[in-house]
Amino acid sequence: MNPGDELPPLEIPVTRTLIVAGALASRDYQDVHHDAELARQKGSPDVFMNILTTNGLVGRYITDHFGPGAVLHKVTIRLGAPNYPGDTMVLTGTVEEINGRTATVRVVGVNGIGRHVTGTVTVTLPAEDAI
Amino acid sequence: MNDELAVRLKAFEGRPAAVAGRGKDPVNAPMIRHWCEAMGDNDPAYTGPDAIAPPTMLQVWTMGGLSGHTGRSGAYDELLGLLDEAGCASVVATDCEQEYLLPLRPGDEVTFDAVIESVSERKTTKLGTGYFVTTRMDVRVGRDLVGTHRFRILKYAPAARNQKNQRNQRNQRNQPNQPNQQTPRRPRPVVNRDNAGFWEGVRQHRLLIQRCTGCGTPRHPWLPGCNGCGSLDWDTVEASGDGTVYSYVVMHHPPFPAFDPPYAVALVELAEGVRMISNIIGVPYDKVRIGMPVRLEFQDCDAELVLPVFRPREAAV
Repeated sequence: MNPGDELPPLEIPVTRTLIVAGALASRDYQDVHHDAELARQKGSPDVFMNILTTNGLVGRYITDHFGPGAVLHKVTIRLGAPNYPGDTMVLTGTVEEINGRTATVRVVGVNGIGRHVTGTVTVTLPAEDAI
Repeated sequence: MNDELAVRLKAFEGRPAAVAGRGKDPVNAPMIRHWCEAMGDNDPAYTGPDAIAPPTMLQVWTMGGLSGHTGRSGAYDELLGLLDEAGCASVVATDCEQEYLLPLRPGDEVTFDAVIESVSERKTTKLGTGYFVTTRMDVRVGRDLVGTHRFRILKYAPAARNQKNQRNQRNQRNQPNQPNQQTPRRPRPVVNRDNAGFWEGVRQHRLLIQRCTGCGTPRHPWLPGCNGCGSLDWDTVEASGDGTVYSYVVMHHPPFPAFDPPYAVALVELAEGVRMISNIIGVPYDKVRIGMPVRLEFQDCDAELVLPVFRPREAAV
């Protein structure tokens, strides 16, 4: 693995179920994440994914790729275009830096309306992937 | 929302957002399993007798849930209350930065303290107008710092939906040549000693290009010296007004007052050889093309501002 390497993309179907399940699993009861009517009153066309779910999906994308034993150290994300039901988010990653067994990966999640998330993950690789 | 509010909001920086908060549940296998189900995360590290919690669950252990937050400070509630009163009752999270120092395991009891790190100036976003509030939280188990969590929310007053249609209707109501006091003005150019001649020319509807009298190289934008030979001596030539679109972008977002996206912003190559950034007018934004011949015009934006713009040659009058 070298800086500049790209991770295979991960497609996440953004279902209403995922949005609600993610909000509840993260104990986030903000109405915009489960009540479409109240979301509309607040200027949003529909419910949308909460930031904790995005954070969890970005973490999963990295640990899925590097495999069992990969350990997350830092996850930094910024949200842009919301994840609404019916959309698909495609996560892609680019290795930015490798320092011993620690890699820094730039992650971008794009949906049908733009960039949902941009972020950086620092992860320690499993021993067998060491360089 | 006014300056007085901004000052009051700023005063919250550095004050606590949560003091000695305590997780409502200890770290536990069922909540970990529910999270992994929702995320579709099958990492074996999160199951079995040696299970750790997914590190990205850090904030979950601090959430108030339906019964509300514990440990939230008076200062933080006061800050959010002020914003609610100012009409910024909606909230959306925009940034999350987490560092994981020690793994969390079932049975761990989490405590947390947080500080209001910053409150932004008033900002206008696609969602509406409001303020970004950034907090930084330290999460502990016993005396051990297990993770840090920086979180940014936007507290905002929702923009009316179909804002653009409303704006168009408003514009149609305004009679031409009868500027509405309410219409936001274009930003003013920064005029300084180096570029004052350029803006004076524009005011007179003349586009002046600087030319080095040492080596004859034209240059734009205006600069004190020549990039070619270093000479500080120059004169000007007036642009013929002919140019071509060298490159362009289409501006969709974010919308700024006085601008009505989408619109094309082009790098126009003038016949004299220099390039300048300007708007392409008189053609839909999606019909602008590289290589398109364009002709200079001057747009009187308001009583004080004239701007050079370009119109496609075929459409020129």
